[in-house]
Amino acid sequence: MEKKTGAIIQDMVNEGSSCNVTAGSGLPEGTRGILEVSNLSAWYGKTLAVKDVSLAIQTQAITAIIGPSGCGKSTLIRCLNRMHEVSHGGRVSGCVRLDGRDIYARDVDPVVIRRRIGMVFQKPSPFPTMSIFDNVAAGLRLTRLWSRKWELAEVVERGLKQAALWDEVKDKLDQSGASLSGGQQQRLCIARALAVEPEILLLDEPCSALDPVATLKIEDLMRTLVKDYTIIIVTHNMQQAARVSDMAAFMMMGDDKAGGLVEYGTTNQLFTNPKDKRTEDYITGRFG
Amino acid sequence: MADIGYLRRKWFDRTMSVLSSSAAGLAILALALILGYTVVQGIAFFNLDFLTQTAKPVGAEGGGMRNEIFGSLILIVLASVLALPVGLMAGIFLSEFAGPKMAYAVRFAADILAGVPSIVVGVFAYAILVRPMHSYSALSAGVALAIIMVPVVARTAEESLRLVPNSMREAALALGITRSRAVLGVIVPGALTGIATGVMLAVARIAGETAPLIFTALGSQFGFQGLLKPIGALPLQIFRYAMSPYTDWRQQAWAGAFLLTLLVLGISIIVRRLSNRSRS
Repeated sequence: MEKKTGAIIQDMVNEGSSCNVTAGSGLPEGTRGILEVSNLSAWYGKTLAVKDVSLAIQTQAITAIIGPSGCGKSTLIRCLNRMHEVSHGGRVSGCVRLDGRDIYARDVDPVVIRRRIGMVFQKPSPFPTMSIFDNVAAGLRLTRLWSRKWELAEVVERGLKQAALWDEVKDKLDQSGASLSGGQQQRLCIARALAVEPEILLLDEPCSALDPVATLKIEDLMRTLVKDYTIIIVTHNMQQAARVSDMAAFMMMGDDKAGGLVEYGTTNQLFTNPKDKRTEDYITGRFG
Repeated sequence: MADIGYLRRKWFDRTMSVLSSSAAGLAILALALILGYTVVQGIAFFNLDFLTQTAKPVGAEGGGMRNEIFGSLILIVLASVLALPVGLMAGIFLSEFAGPKMAYAVRFAADILAGVPSIVVGVFAYAILVRPMHSYSALSAGVALAIIMVPVVARTAEESLRLVPNSMREAALALGITRSRAVLGVIVPGALTGIATGVMLAVARIAGETAPLIFTALGSQFGFQGLLKPIGALPLQIFRYAMSPYTDWRQQAWAGAFLLTLLVLGISIIVRRLSNRSRS
């Protein structure tokens, strides 16, 4: 009798937190990396940067987050693998569910989340003290006590091939990662992120520091990678979003200076037939 | 009127430039005199015997400072072994793990410690080690020098760790690497030249320290006899010999001063090279 009461109370507690309800029940068995954002708000200290965003990310698709500067795109994407809390004063409310489990739950280690949700930043950031090989191997090497050489070699080759960089660097793996060109550096960072076998890849304006040719290479790469990964890209370049993404989310700064989600839908629909007036104004270039 | 104002400003400008450049010249002159005098006086008595022979009794010809040179090396190594782990970890803590308030408090404490007169540090080591153990010792001297070393190492390590761009920290964390592994595997290697510079500067600083050794190492003619026995050191011997009434001892003191200057100067030059290379 008592046991039963306890169970009921437990159920009520779970319901009260509302973050750990299992989602995506209609999806095929074994699909992993389902990401759902609900009522997410993010602060820097006392400044609200992202306000009440809810999004269901499609797996094995590219979701582009677009919007004018300062609308909270980067903050939002950083919330998805708990990188926001690394920033000074970074704080979050609401929930982000990965396969139905809140990644902000108290017993979840951000290190585990970042393993499953990789990230590439705006500025190419290869570790300057490491060789190309060591850069790609870093994720494995620095999470284990020791690794077998051949195993690392395999992982490095696979990562670099996935990032379409292998042919360019296979003869100089022991050279410094900083010796590569900007576009190669960025692909090196993608290889590094892929080497730890994440399920989701977050790209925070990955091409904004690159020339058009390098940008095109990264975009091609994204189209290839999306067969195996779920990709979320932040970009202020609308053409890029239109070119590469399947889904698109438009964000804008509200009157309270906090970024909010304005519209979310398929890229085609968002760019050809936007529902919201503000989206239409933005994509037709009337502001931003 | 305008002309007078102009002249006044011009002369003020001239006077200030002359004053400041002569101040700079004075500082360089002092350095040149110290170096020049030490070299001129010291090099005459600086020879192989000085490096390889032990001290001779008063009146006996020759003799050198082999034991004291060796003693100094032992003290430097001992102090480094004691101070480097603490100093480096403190520097890492300050730059990577401490919150702003905590960092401020620790930084403040380190700066105060760095400013404590070295003789006070010597007296402190005397009180906590020499008196309870009833013996002057190499160990107590090592501890005293280590206390001087720690804040220097901690602050320079912190400064160079801070120079590593934040994007490196984020890139490492985003790979699912824990904070401490990121620091050890990515951040510290990125700051290694700066850290090495700080360590060398700290070594240069303690190499010439004399005051804290008076109460701790005491000095000994017999070379290294164990960590718990007194030990001779180069600056200590220079002090003893320079104050002595015997001409050949004073000459040896000059040679010792020359060697010590050479050592510290050498370290400074290496440090310059290191930091120049890391900047380019």
